[in-house]
Amino acid sequence: MKKNVLAAVVLALAAMGASAQNINGAGATFPYPIYSKWFNEYAQQHSGVKINYQSIGSGGGIRQVSDGIVDFGATDGPMSDEQIAGAKVKTQHIPTVLGAVVPVYNLPGVSKDLNFSGDVIADIYLGTITKWNDSRIAKDNPGVSLPDKPILPVYRSDGSGTTYIFTDYLSKVSQDWTSKVGKNTSVKWPTGIGQKGNEGVAGMVRQSPYAFGYVELIYALQNKMSFGSVKNASGKFVKASTDGVTAAAAAAAKTMPADYRVSITNAQGATAYPISSFTWLLIPKKGSDPAKTKALKDFLGWMLDHGESEASGLSYASLPKQVQDMVRKTIAQIQ
Amino acid sequence: MSMESEHGATTPVKPAVSLPPATERTLAAPAAAPSPVREFLSTRGSGKMADSTFAAVMLACACSIFVIVLFIFWVLIQNSRLSQAAFGMKFFTREAWDPVSGDFGALPFIYGTLMTSILALIMAVPLALGVAIFLTELCPRPLRAPISFLTELLAAIPSVVYGLWAVFVLVPLMRDTLGPFLVKTLGWTGLFGGANFGVGLLTASIILAIMILPIISSLTRDIMTAVPNSQREAVLALGATRWEMIRIGVLRNSRIGIVGAIMLGLGRALGETMAVTMVIGNHPDISRSLFAPGYTLASVIANEFSEATGDLYYSALIEIGLALFLVTIVVNAIARLMVWAVTRGAPARVS
Repeated sequence: MKKNVLAAVVLALAAMGASAQNINGAGATFPYPIYSKWFNEYAQQHSGVKINYQSIGSGGGIRQVSDGIVDFGATDGPMSDEQIAGAKVKTQHIPTVLGAVVPVYNLPGVSKDLNFSGDVIADIYLGTITKWNDSRIAKDNPGVSLPDKPILPVYRSDGSGTTYIFTDYLSKVSQDWTSKVGKNTSVKWPTGIGQKGNEGVAGMVRQSPYAFGYVELIYALQNKMSFGSVKNASGKFVKASTDGVTAAAAAAAKTMPADYRVSITNAQGATAYPISSFTWLLIPKKGSDPAKTKALKDFLGWMLDHGESEASGLSYASLPKQVQDMVRKTIAQIQ
Repeated sequence: MSMESEHGATTPVKPAVSLPPATERTLAAPAAAPSPVREFLSTRGSGKMADSTFAAVMLACACSIFVIVLFIFWVLIQNSRLSQAAFGMKFFTREAWDPVSGDFGALPFIYGTLMTSILALIMAVPLALGVAIFLTELCPRPLRAPISFLTELLAAIPSVVYGLWAVFVLVPLMRDTLGPFLVKTLGWTGLFGGANFGVGLLTASIILAIMILPIISSLTRDIMTAVPNSQREAVLALGATRWEMIRIGVLRNSRIGIVGAIMLGLGRALGETMAVTMVIGNHPDISRSLFAPGYTLASVIANEFSEATGDLYYSALIEIGLALFLVTIVVNAIARLMVWAVTRGAPARVS
């Protein structure tokens, strides 16, 4: 064991001494587990390249890559038009994997998985649906005896891509939500309590009877939490799965813009899960250092060829075939 | 030799050891063997250079505090310009926090910070004084060490551990036992209205009180221990009871130090982030009920800074940092004024 550590240190030092291509990136926390796996594997297979990634959050990622502090950024929500206009370094969005957000709840005495329509979820967080036995919740769940108890809505207090995806979805399905709240990494929640991180929301929901919250699909799957189904644009209740998320992305592929800044929440398709989203890498369109740009492009190619197939192992949804083909062409255009 | 002389200093063996040469030395001793300190002082060179250098270095150390504070202040002002331009001084009195439409104000956060800290002080100070008085004046000797040790241990626990404990123990306790009890007994005050989910201002204040308790109590204990015993004996000799002795002889003499200890505790309460975030509910509202979720200045920075995408949003969060900085300064200034008002013209020893 000790020998292995020593060997690793020696190797690491040797690698540094051999003036490896160091590429620095920063940004979103949501895809961090898969990115760090990719970057590790890539470094093992390509001795000349070392990609460092700091998960400082999407906001920091956008700022740092726009100011040219890091070689690439990563974000869970696409950059806004103003951010693109204000950036010193112009970047290309490259979708990498997909994530989804699922509703979780704590309803003692109800063992069946519940169904939720988008407008019902919006009204729970708007404070207009306050009781579990509200007729609109009951309508989606025939045969379930819902308790006459107040709902405690729980939201993410920290700014997060999860909140961005969730509020983006609610904005699409509820007029009230668009006018009163809107979408962002954190918003002005009309009611409820905030907890930090997926683990905070999940913990609060788990220990508070009659609570309702939302967490990342990956978090729910890895912690074996039960979660509800959500009604999609075709009127079907879909329980989130990595396949359902990829299906939503495939539905959006036909209308995919060239900069990939697209929201796929509430996507068409009978199997599409409605609260899903891409997460993006932000790659400078014109790199300052040709060697670095080449290394990054090589990595992106590797990601499409090898990386995508590893996504499901960590419960991320991989890009659908059509989008992968589009991305391949986009990579070729980066200079 | 040195062993013997050391030994000799504390025991009556000394004459026996140094007796043989003593007959010759006793008379010559003052001239022939000056004290080691004097010897050192006379053999080293002039101290003028060293003295002025030392004074300059110390001055630099003291000035570094000013430089650091001014630098922090400058950075906060500089980086929050956008938000200052948009909201002006009203930023500190506005009750709005909407990252989507870019509407920001610090009032609910200032309220949450002050409210939790003050409540925490109200709970922690009497308890801490009690612990300190017991330890210095009343505690049986065998109990003193374990209690002191445990108090200091409490101070060393990281705040995230307090937060976790609060989430898993304090929140359910608050929701199921303490909350209903408070509603039943103190519900008439109107401070305990609304739904009680276990998280909120009161829970955050309780965890803060537990966190600042060891700081206040161990500092207060040290201050009380420093009160000379002659003070106690004098008061007792005048016929005071034990409680009067503690009040007149000990508490009165150490009150400035105690206020200093409370200030340090308050400083920690104002700036505490992690544990508070985990139990305060993170909802920027000003509500009369102590069960209602709130938000503190430090919590909102910790929560939203990393994903603050817009420039104005970013700038507003920096200005929240400025607000926290100002709140800390103002609260400390008020406390100093209070100390000055209480102690002015009243010498410590007169009761």
